[in-house]
Amino acid sequence: MPQEDMITVEHLIKRYGNYYALNDVSFEIGDGEIVGLLGPNGAGKSTTMNILTGYLAPTAGDITIDGVRLSDDPAGIRRLIGYLPEMPPVYPDMTVDEYLNFVYDLKGCKLPRKEHLDEICSVVRLGDVRHRLIRNLSKGYRQRVGIAQALIGDPKVIIFDEPTVGLDPKQILEVRNLIRSLGGKHTVILSTHILAEVQAVCEKIVIIHRGSIIACEKTDELSRVMEDNAHYRYAVCGAQKDVLAALRSVRGVRAAEPTGERDGDAGVYLAEISGGFETRRAIAGALADRGFLTVGVREAGDDLESVFIRLIDRADGAGKKPGKKPQRGANA
Amino acid sequence: MTAVYRREIGSYFKTPIGYVFIAVFLALSGALFAATTLFSMSADVTKYFSYIVFLYVLLIPLLTMKSFSEERKTRTEQLLLTAPISLFGMVMGKFLAALTLFAGCQLLASASFFILGIYADLKVAVIFGNILAALLVGIAFIAVGLFVSALTENQLTAAVATVGILLVFLLIGQLNQFINVRWIRFIFSCVSVWSRFQNFTQGVFDLAALFYYLSVAAVFLFLTIRVYDRRRYN
Repeated sequence: MPQEDMITVEHLIKRYGNYYALNDVSFEIGDGEIVGLLGPNGAGKSTTMNILTGYLAPTAGDITIDGVRLSDDPAGIRRLIGYLPEMPPVYPDMTVDEYLNFVYDLKGCKLPRKEHLDEICSVVRLGDVRHRLIRNLSKGYRQRVGIAQALIGDPKVIIFDEPTVGLDPKQILEVRNLIRSLGGKHTVILSTHILAEVQAVCEKIVIIHRGSIIACEKTDELSRVMEDNAHYRYAVCGAQKDVLAALRSVRGVRAAEPTGERDGDAGVYLAEISGGFETRRAIAGALADRGFLTVGVREAGDDLESVFIRLIDRADGAGKKPGKKPQRGANA
Repeated sequence: MTAVYRREIGSYFKTPIGYVFIAVFLALSGALFAATTLFSMSADVTKYFSYIVFLYVLLIPLLTMKSFSEERKTRTEQLLLTAPISLFGMVMGKFLAALTLFAGCQLLASASFFILGIYADLKVAVIFGNILAALLVGIAFIAVGLFVSALTENQLTAAVATVGILLVFLLIGQLNQFINVRWIRFIFSCVSVWSRFQNFTQGVFDLAALFYYLSVAAVFLFLTIRVYDRRRYN
């Protein structure tokens, strides 16, 4: 095991009867990295996190965190991790302060109590609600209490399960900024089914689908793959047939279709392009050359989504049957 | 363990449950005391203890019903199970919290005897023996209640099931009056909480019964830990 890896997951299997929730999952995470665990609902994200945090035990396989093996010292592993489950585990009948003090005691934290809790509260911005009952807090504040709880004890690894679900857009940005600020000092794993979120926050992405890992790449890498599969909406004045011909004439345009929508007297077209900026410049040129006025260009749909679907198709198409039976060493 | 213990105690008093338990316990215990001694013109305290265990059947589930079921329902158990504490510590923390409240009430209620002692000649040893026995029955009942609570997400289910199980424990020995088969009678009297308790009320300190109650408690606490252990491995 290389020393710089904070977390090593080896051949993790979780089986429920005949169903494999996790099927030979292996990955490594370096110290201080922010890693996104990405996958559709039911892919095994939560299961992976529950095993990492010691809430569930794996059927087979092992985890090493900071040199401590799960099979040797399960309680020791739990001491290294702060965990925010999907639903923040807060007691409604306690005030924020009481709750944080309880977690402090529960974790057997040795840091100076007042300073440590004060610092956490200022980081997650809980200062003004510390004396209020958690029952009376909004979802956004409860989530912050949940995050604060995970930060207590200054754990080396922090795990967030869908940290932005149910928050409003402003809160989502706050939480993302907070998570980004934890990187470097802590190793962070967060799960989500929103690709944009991972792109915004994470350095590395682990894509999991039907209990198997189908991609484990740097975010930049994945963005490059996505560049090859971008969708743009063009609003162009001109006869539909000619505009389509112009669009299709450009190298890098995979497909161009009219959407049927109108923007003033311009028609709206959906183009699937690869090659990123170069291709877009060529399109602008080709349209201008033919005298068509481009009145609007907009990135269309979740292009990340389609890359994701392609990755999943690739994994399925490669003859793998994830989620059915274990195939050791068959990871993407 | 102390963190869990303190949170549980706090939670009893932040919700009405703690107050309801104390109020109902003291009121019913007082009524029972009055009925068995004052109104019966008797200084015989053993009747009080014979009946108080029935009160336990109704009231102890109130203490234990939400211990684990509520945590499971609100998913706060994820916090406890991913914290660096042992399952034993978690279960014992909750057990001791329920025990503290229960024992506190019973000891408080027992003050009546010492007031009675001013006016009547009571056998102090019998009273202490009885209090000890009652506490042991409570310990066993709390363990049963915690175990049932760990099995369900629903407080009400936990409470009703606990009352049912405790009643069976208490009364199964009474069925022996109607059963002629020796081995069934033997099993029933083995399980029976009630018949063991009668020795204490008659002033006999029954060491075997003491071990019996403690064993029941230990078995059910162990089973509670196993419930969680098993869920981890599923």
